[in-house]
Amino acid sequence: MNSRPNAFSQWPDAQGRFGDYGGRFVAETLMPNILRLEKAYEAAKSDPEFKAELDEFARDFVGRPSPLYFAERLTEEFGGADIWFKRDELNHTGAHKINNCLGQVLLAKRMGATRIIAETGAGQHGVATATVAARFGLPCIVYMGATDIERQKPNVFRMKLLGAEVVPVTSGTGTLKDAMNEALRDWVTHVKDTFYVIGTVAGPHPYPAMVRDFQSVIGREARAQMLDRIGKLPDAAVACIGGGSNAMGLFHPFLEDESVRLIGVEAAGKGIETGEHAASLNGGEPGILHGNRTYLLQDADGQIIDAHSISAGLDYPGIGPEHAFLHDAGRAEYLSATDEEALEMFQLCAKLEGIIPALEPAHALARVRDLASELGKGKTILMNMCGRGDKDVFAVAEHLGVGL
Amino acid sequence: MTSRFTTTFARLRAENRAGFVAYVMAGDGDTEALLDALPGAGADVIELGLPFTDPMADGAAIQEAGQRALKGGMNTKKALQLARAFRAKHADTPLVLMGYANPIHHYGWADFATDAAAAGVDGIICVDLPPEEDKPLRDALAAHGLSVIRLATPTTDDERLKTVAEGSGGFVYYVSTTGVTGAGIGAATDVSAAVALVRKATGLPVVVGFGVRTEEAAAEIAKGSDAVVVGSAIVSANHDGGTQAAIDLVKRLSAAVRGAMRDAS
Repeated sequence: MNSRPNAFSQWPDAQGRFGDYGGRFVAETLMPNILRLEKAYEAAKSDPEFKAELDEFARDFVGRPSPLYFAERLTEEFGGADIWFKRDELNHTGAHKINNCLGQVLLAKRMGATRIIAETGAGQHGVATATVAARFGLPCIVYMGATDIERQKPNVFRMKLLGAEVVPVTSGTGTLKDAMNEALRDWVTHVKDTFYVIGTVAGPHPYPAMVRDFQSVIGREARAQMLDRIGKLPDAAVACIGGGSNAMGLFHPFLEDESVRLIGVEAAGKGIETGEHAASLNGGEPGILHGNRTYLLQDADGQIIDAHSISAGLDYPGIGPEHAFLHDAGRAEYLSATDEEALEMFQLCAKLEGIIPALEPAHALARVRDLASELGKGKTILMNMCGRGDKDVFAVAEHLGVGL
Repeated sequence: MTSRFTTTFARLRAENRAGFVAYVMAGDGDTEALLDALPGAGADVIELGLPFTDPMADGAAIQEAGQRALKGGMNTKKALQLARAFRAKHADTPLVLMGYANPIHHYGWADFATDAAAAGVDGIICVDLPPEEDKPLRDALAAHGLSVIRLATPTTDDERLKTVAEGSGGFVYYVSTTGVTGAGIGAATDVSAAVALVRKATGLPVVVGFGVRTEEAAAEIAKGSDAVVVGSAIVSANHDGGTQAAIDLVKRLSAAVRGAMRDAS
């Protein structure tokens, strides 16, 4: 393990900063909670019992380790570098989200919380949180934008089956950012007994670091699996980015491997030039929202602009602060892919690999295609297949004009 | 230079009563007329809300007022113009801006401090800038003699209170209950005890708010605090009944506060 004091992997600092980003921008009511959470997480992190419990549930309940898979037919199709998928879509509940929910709910249990709350956009994080809360017998309240509830009825029903209460959020524009505002309002009101399970590498410190740590199992496994399978590290590691938790989980164990290019793919929606996108790094600027300083989509007065993406999981006007830091430092590259490209890759991957990807990693695949040609034969690309596309088939059918 | 806060709270002490603080949202209704009428209606201090798209500490009334204001084209610059217009007519009433970090950050801490000072603003309450994060704004404001007003809450313990006290200016805003604005007031006895602790730790006047809606509640809280804030109820009256309804409510609330006997403190 590299331990240079200024190494990329050593952040955040004691104030929860990744360079100029991160921090703890919350109402005073929440500060004591945030500080207590930080202490509890620090203690849990170095407790072998916590790790043993996490590992056991990751193996038996989630299904880890997830396989590493050589995408042979896509490699042939793109005609360049070898493409490997880290198969996190095979996890229980169908995405990487549960890695983090498991860690946070175990921590909540350890801290004596009796009530779990979460925000959700597409519903994947809500389902994963409800799933783990059900397993540990904790009541779970999920805040979800009213607009998203309408678009994601199957996930709403899944959460209810799992015993969670789904609260429709009509404030603001009724989307993910408003669900997060409402979850913060709930937390301010129920500070004493409630644990807020944030679904991405954003929010006030320690969330960005904690969620990254729980998701880093993706990169740790993948790094070891690549060495085992091909005897070397990949030339590039690629992941899609909404808030950025799957990407951060993939990137972090590779941060000190200078030969590995790290590439995040944001959602360009209808195109960054149209203004209708979710690309905070490529189309936003630094600001303060939801507890951290990071890149945000905002107008000339610092008001937050709604994100747009065909993928509800990428539809967020901010991005985790560690990505903002890696972007400015130049350690990771941040590209984007449009709705159209994601739809094309969604279908291509299903036909050629027998894997229906979620629309989120379909964005990543669009840039993997370019990168495969750019790097050429003999090189290797590792992409995190962070979710499966079952949840998206209705939306995709609609976009393709197919009635179901 | 003696600040308007110092003068105002000294006057209130001399009158042996708590003050009344009225909150209004910039750009929701005829804010210029409302602001102009508030001192005459009995407001000792005024809080002018800066609208933000994502007000995570506010309840429905102020959230919706903010959305209406933004829809009507209100922004930070225009809110500062409202402050300036108010100050031109009212030399003595302290004026505090209350809002969220991002619009101020985007304006630029230093530019904002310069323009707020020029507009005659006395202090800023920035809800999502806890002491750990408010230094850039605090330093920028201090250069112009303006204060960052800190918040204390029922979750602020003795240890935390030291952090809140350090660098705090003007007054301390005690959030009476764990919850969002308009949520409902904490028990008056708890509030009065907490106010005494905060006052002792900070040496500053303690103003109590979040959830005071009625004359009875205002009078009760007035007994054990240096001033009482009403926000959501005024914002609702202003939206439902117009400027005059809001002014009438302020008259009733401030009369209730003036009439309340102060506990010895």
